[in-house]
Amino acid sequence: MNIATRVLLEVQEMTLLVVWAARGLLKRPRYFSEWITQLDIIGVGSLTIILLTGFFTGGVLTLQTYPTLKYYGAQDQTGRLVAISLVRELGPVLTALMVTGRIGSAISAELGSMVVSQQIDAMRALGTDPIRKLVTPRLIALLIALPLLTVVADVIGIGGGMIVATTLYDLSANTFFSGVRDGLQYEDILGGVIKPIFFALIIGTVACRQGLKTEGGTVGVGRSTTTAVVLGSILVIIADFFLAKALQVILETPS
Amino acid sequence: MAFTQNIPSVETPEAPSKVADMPPGNEEFADRITPAIEFRDVHLAFDDHKVLDGISFTVMKGETKIILGGSGSGKSTIIKLVLGLLKPDAGRILIDGEDITDYDEAEMMRVRKKIGMIFQEGALFDSLSVYENVAYRLHEQGVPEEEVEEEVRRMLRFVNLEDAIDKMPNELSGGMRRRVGIARALVGDPKIVLFDEPTAGLDPPTARTICELAIKLRDLEDVSSIFVTHEMNNVEYLTSEYAVIDERGNVVFEQEGERLCLLNTKIIMIRDGRIIFSGTDEELFKSDDPYIRWFIRGK
Repeated sequence: MNIATRVLLEVQEMTLLVVWAARGLLKRPRYFSEWITQLDIIGVGSLTIILLTGFFTGGVLTLQTYPTLKYYGAQDQTGRLVAISLVRELGPVLTALMVTGRIGSAISAELGSMVVSQQIDAMRALGTDPIRKLVTPRLIALLIALPLLTVVADVIGIGGGMIVATTLYDLSANTFFSGVRDGLQYEDILGGVIKPIFFALIIGTVACRQGLKTEGGTVGVGRSTTTAVVLGSILVIIADFFLAKALQVILETPS
Repeated sequence: MAFTQNIPSVETPEAPSKVADMPPGNEEFADRITPAIEFRDVHLAFDDHKVLDGISFTVMKGETKIILGGSGSGKSTIIKLVLGLLKPDAGRILIDGEDITDYDEAEMMRVRKKIGMIFQEGALFDSLSVYENVAYRLHEQGVPEEEVEEEVRRMLRFVNLEDAIDKMPNELSGGMRRRVGIARALVGDPKIVLFDEPTAGLDPPTARTICELAIKLRDLEDVSSIFVTHEMNNVEYLTSEYAVIDERGNVVFEQEGERLCLLNTKIIMIRDGRIIFSGTDEELFKSDDPYIRWFIRGK
């Protein structure tokens, strides 16, 4: 089988996985308690790394851009630059990459271990649809948690930028936030929330698919986990480009 | 409760006829002569590798079919086909007379409810306690918790593990994991039970305990089963001992002999995806086939 056929086959399998997972929403049992558990693991569990990532990304943006803006006499625009960079681009992408590393790997490893220890077969033998029980709750949790985590990263990032601006460059908080208010448009915020929805779908589908197709014992679990993180990260970055262009057109943001 | 000596035996494709002293036309009789499991010329290949090459056999009600064979001979594949976890390339598979070959996953879910499966390593859910593992099927069906607990305790008593009810799978020994797996598979009293190398890697006393559970199911619960193994000890236990309940209500195991001859345990042997032997243990041990003799002796 050549590479093109393999890629097409993989795309087909992932699409089918999403369709089956969506169909799981229409039938009982819907495993709401599993949704809550996954929301806790994915959302609350990822909060610390998202707070740290957001804060220091905002901080370093200010650190790197303030001197250049000051050179052009535009240092009062620091807040604007930090906010737009974070909300449009860095917030969604960095959050997605952090979640891919933490959650994508965990999902793939967990499902992969279940496959090699025959727990998935046992689940089917006991009359449970593993996609409805395992994949649907994880996808739903990701679809809810990732946009929320992105908003948190954006807010904390702007906060981090403001702290660096006020403590290292003596820029007043008022000036910084004026830039933020002037710079951010409704379309930026909407776009910054739409992107994570697509990223969540990519991260969840890739991780679940890699986990469920694991073969070859514990070595296979390691391989699936690595593939889930690498493939998930690459697809997030590629999708970000196309989403950015699509949102520019749809939301008529400046291009 | 069906004792071994009362199980009617009927003609099957690979087994000679035994006398069935039941009146024809009887509904119960009609039900009993429908095989619990039937394979008709089943073929399966993974890419160019033939895994099963024209497998045909039946498992009658209350019968245990031991599937013997070396590693990679296709034994476990047969069990996966019964459960619909794999689909054959050709041939038909029937469960209780119902052709399941072309069933989709939703239809198989219904069929699987009457089948219990015991996996090689137990396949317990790591994140669930022993109680939750055994209760899994009942929780899925939304059975009230009081009934669930009663059933879970009954099943754990059957496998002598009631004390382990609150333990997690990682706190259990290999043998205990298999027994919890058996308890989980037996919830809902399935009439078909599939054992996939349930004694692999266990010490002889624990392996014997597992075989005794299979014998109890066969002789006291009228369960039809497939017992996949490559260990001759298991064959010896399953084909020479039977379970009865003594005057005090205890289950005791007795050797077949002058008084009783086991008719409800047969053996098939698989090699390279083909059945090379089908019959009783006596016939197996008398076989002149060099591979069978080598397999039995281990050298």
